[in-house]
Amino acid sequence: MDTENISLLEGREKQVYEKKNGTAEVDIACDTTSLSGSVSQRACVFCGSRVVLYPVADAIHIVHGPIGCAAYTWDIRGAVSSGPELHRLSFSTDLKEMDVIYGGEKKLYHSLIELIDQYQPKAAFIYATCIVGLIGDDIDAVCRKVQLEKGIPVMPVHSEGFKGTKKDGYKAACNALMKLVGTGSTEGISTCSINILGEFNLAGEAWIIRKYYEKMGIEVVATMTGDGRIDAIKRSHGAALNVVQCSGSMTTLAKEMEEKYGIPYIRVSYFGFEDMSKSLYDVAALFPDRPEIMERAKEIVRDEIRLYYPEMQKFKTALTGRKAAIYVGGAFKTFSLIKALRTIGMSVVLAGSQTGNKDDYRRLKEMCDEGTVIVDDSNPVELSKFVLEKGADLLIGGVKERPIAFKLGVGFCDHNHERKIPLAGFVGMYNFAKEVYESVMSPVWQFAPRKGGLS
Amino acid sequence: MTTLTTAKTATQNACKLCNPLGACLAFRGIEQCVPFLHGSQGCATYIRRYLISHYKEPIDIASSNFNEETAVFGGSHNLKIGLQNVTKQYKPDVIGIATTCLSETIGDDVPLILKEYEAAFGSGSPMPIMIFASTPSYHGSHVDGFNAAVRSTVRTLAEEGPKKHLVNLFPGMISPADIRYLKEILVAFGMPYVLLPDYSQTLDGGPWGEYHRIPPGGTTKSAIASTGSAEASIEFGSTLEASKSAAGYLEERFGVPRQQMALPIGIKESDKFFAMLERLTEKPLPETYQDERRRLVDAYADGHKYIFGRKTIIYGEEDLVISMAAFLNEIGVVPVLCASGGKSGLMKKRLRELIPNLDEQGIKVREGVDFVDIEHEADELKPDFLIGNSKGFTMSKKSKLPLIRIGFPIHDRFGGQRLHHIGYRGTQELFDRIVNTVIEQRQNSSPIGYTYM
Repeated sequence: MDTENISLLEGREKQVYEKKNGTAEVDIACDTTSLSGSVSQRACVFCGSRVVLYPVADAIHIVHGPIGCAAYTWDIRGAVSSGPELHRLSFSTDLKEMDVIYGGEKKLYHSLIELIDQYQPKAAFIYATCIVGLIGDDIDAVCRKVQLEKGIPVMPVHSEGFKGTKKDGYKAACNALMKLVGTGSTEGISTCSINILGEFNLAGEAWIIRKYYEKMGIEVVATMTGDGRIDAIKRSHGAALNVVQCSGSMTTLAKEMEEKYGIPYIRVSYFGFEDMSKSLYDVAALFPDRPEIMERAKEIVRDEIRLYYPEMQKFKTALTGRKAAIYVGGAFKTFSLIKALRTIGMSVVLAGSQTGNKDDYRRLKEMCDEGTVIVDDSNPVELSKFVLEKGADLLIGGVKERPIAFKLGVGFCDHNHERKIPLAGFVGMYNFAKEVYESVMSPVWQFAPRKGGLS
Repeated sequence: MTTLTTAKTATQNACKLCNPLGACLAFRGIEQCVPFLHGSQGCATYIRRYLISHYKEPIDIASSNFNEETAVFGGSHNLKIGLQNVTKQYKPDVIGIATTCLSETIGDDVPLILKEYEAAFGSGSPMPIMIFASTPSYHGSHVDGFNAAVRSTVRTLAEEGPKKHLVNLFPGMISPADIRYLKEILVAFGMPYVLLPDYSQTLDGGPWGEYHRIPPGGTTKSAIASTGSAEASIEFGSTLEASKSAAGYLEERFGVPRQQMALPIGIKESDKFFAMLERLTEKPLPETYQDERRRLVDAYADGHKYIFGRKTIIYGEEDLVISMAAFLNEIGVVPVLCASGGKSGLMKKRLRELIPNLDEQGIKVREGVDFVDIEHEADELKPDFLIGNSKGFTMSKKSKLPLIRIGFPIHDRFGGQRLHHIGYRGTQELFDRIVNTVIEQRQNSSPIGYTYM
């Protein structure tokens, strides 16, 4: 295999680490912008904001800029809604040369007025793209004006692509949400109540999670932002607890809500039996005066695992000893995936994320086996090198990683925003194992060059 | 700008993509070339994602990865570091650099930066060739980016030389399967050719035993160099003006005659293309293609009753829409609306050339529209089916109209890269699919359950 001479780029060495006995304990460099010329798998600030706010289904989302940013994010996520579906439409001010020269404020204003009249949304999010940051459009002023005229919240999202990394986009999105939080009535909200944060209802995952909590006797005030509704977000400050998944994207909001409204938060993950169970127990433990909540949590865990256990054993028997590589957006997901893969007998030979922080990588190092490579903000050349060198049978990633796996004759599991099958919850773990099984065990790999097929 | 006075200011569900996407696609068709976007990281990533979802192949696009300082002080430093890094990691022969709205707006003089870069790092090891295309996203659409990249490529690489028995073929944005078909035709005619860009292998290739930094395939540098000494250039694209095209450049600079043609879809347009090849090669149409044509004429006869008088809306890139309309017109299907997000200003004129009774048939032509506009038209025009890329599915579902998927992108079906559209073979495939769509609709809507249709 031609991997020996694939070298890491200068400036990338500190973002790659191999766990070996005797290796110096250095922190992985992270939280940096991507290296120019390196084909990063990351996106931009706009992308960060867009993914967080996208599932809010009764608001319109207007991308202020040339057409590309709106076109590439039109209906790209599997975030489903139980009601309105405004989020699945793509709106752009479609800025042209003359707008760039003379400014796009008027065009934004007219676009907003017309779209609000046409679609009657509960709110509007206005995303600033790169060019808006340069031509100096005062989108805040336009938003204020339209909000006054139309009587709905109109929130600017400062997501100019070049002003930081995807994480800064998460922050900008949380800032926009924070403008809504606290503006609704909290009347009638139970003392045993939570908000589900960082859950985007891909393939209906938020519904699965919500059902567990409701079964435990807990009221879910708002899910942010999966199957999101403006009114629910407005009154979310009435919840007793914020339960934060995908910690990278929504912790900012949880912290701000803690500061402003005194709502504590916990970090959870809904991937894998282990973490899923823990996320129910952890929430139940915070309502100690209601022991029946914990009882019900235990019941749910017992019933669900009993339901899926026999099938899981079949997958485990087949997959034991197989090796996986993980490269996903957030590091928190990586932790859960490592545990989930162990449940089905698989080890992890490569683990990495686009946006992990120092603490995440420290924890990753602790969790990983000897020989596991850990990467931050990797690229196709690096990922391929390690997938081949480590002999992975499976790659877990998103759309951009999928063709790398398939070209090299490696199974693949899509764990990104486009997925159509729920992977969260107990049923999600079953789906995950099934998907991994179906891809790794497929007979098609016999023709792959790495398995002896012709190239 | 007239947009402010129109009733609909915002673009809703765009029927076009941005300029740099087209450039990246075209650069993918040059051998050992890495596309490089001078702008934010997001542009490269989104475009990669979009292309990968159609072609199902690894598509690496480098980015100069602007940050706030870059935006304030200019992108020169980032571009140079980026070029160095790409050179080191990919060892490319060619780097295809395209701009974005960001680098265009801050006014980066990319040719100057490239000169500085070459002066600073040019000595020593051989340097990749840099091709530069200006592709601001606030101007035109992905088609403009595609054409700009192809033109820049010949401008950078084409050389003057004694005339050769050689034809250049600039087919525009067609599928990898279409490209393979064109190459097969040229080989059958025994005609030496240069086809640019050729992403038939880079975007639809085989499995890899080892990792390729850059997928094998693509038009070679030396082939592109020889385009300057060709006998003629054939260029597909009804709305492509000489001043923006590769063939236009070669004609102006080296006197290589430019033969502009519509995309050869349908019998009449394909006949014109094959006749052109007969003229250039002074050889008759090879038997294989005579056979293909005969089968197609026969199929037209076998299928005509299913489709006569059916109405359709066709949307997508202007050149594709124009040629599709010409084809539909010769099989008795009425393209009641020919729509595009592109805005060349030439669409109606070119359509009239191919369909002289365009207006009598009441065929509507609309440029610069989005899917919400098309949806409104569909409510009025009541077509039987839609023809276009995957992005019309939202509309197709809402209006309960079957969608025949062609062109790019096809994100919700398998094998978009292997669909044929052009020549007798492509027309045959399209014809079969259209007839079958009608048959399927009739069969499904009948309670009887006919097993013969």
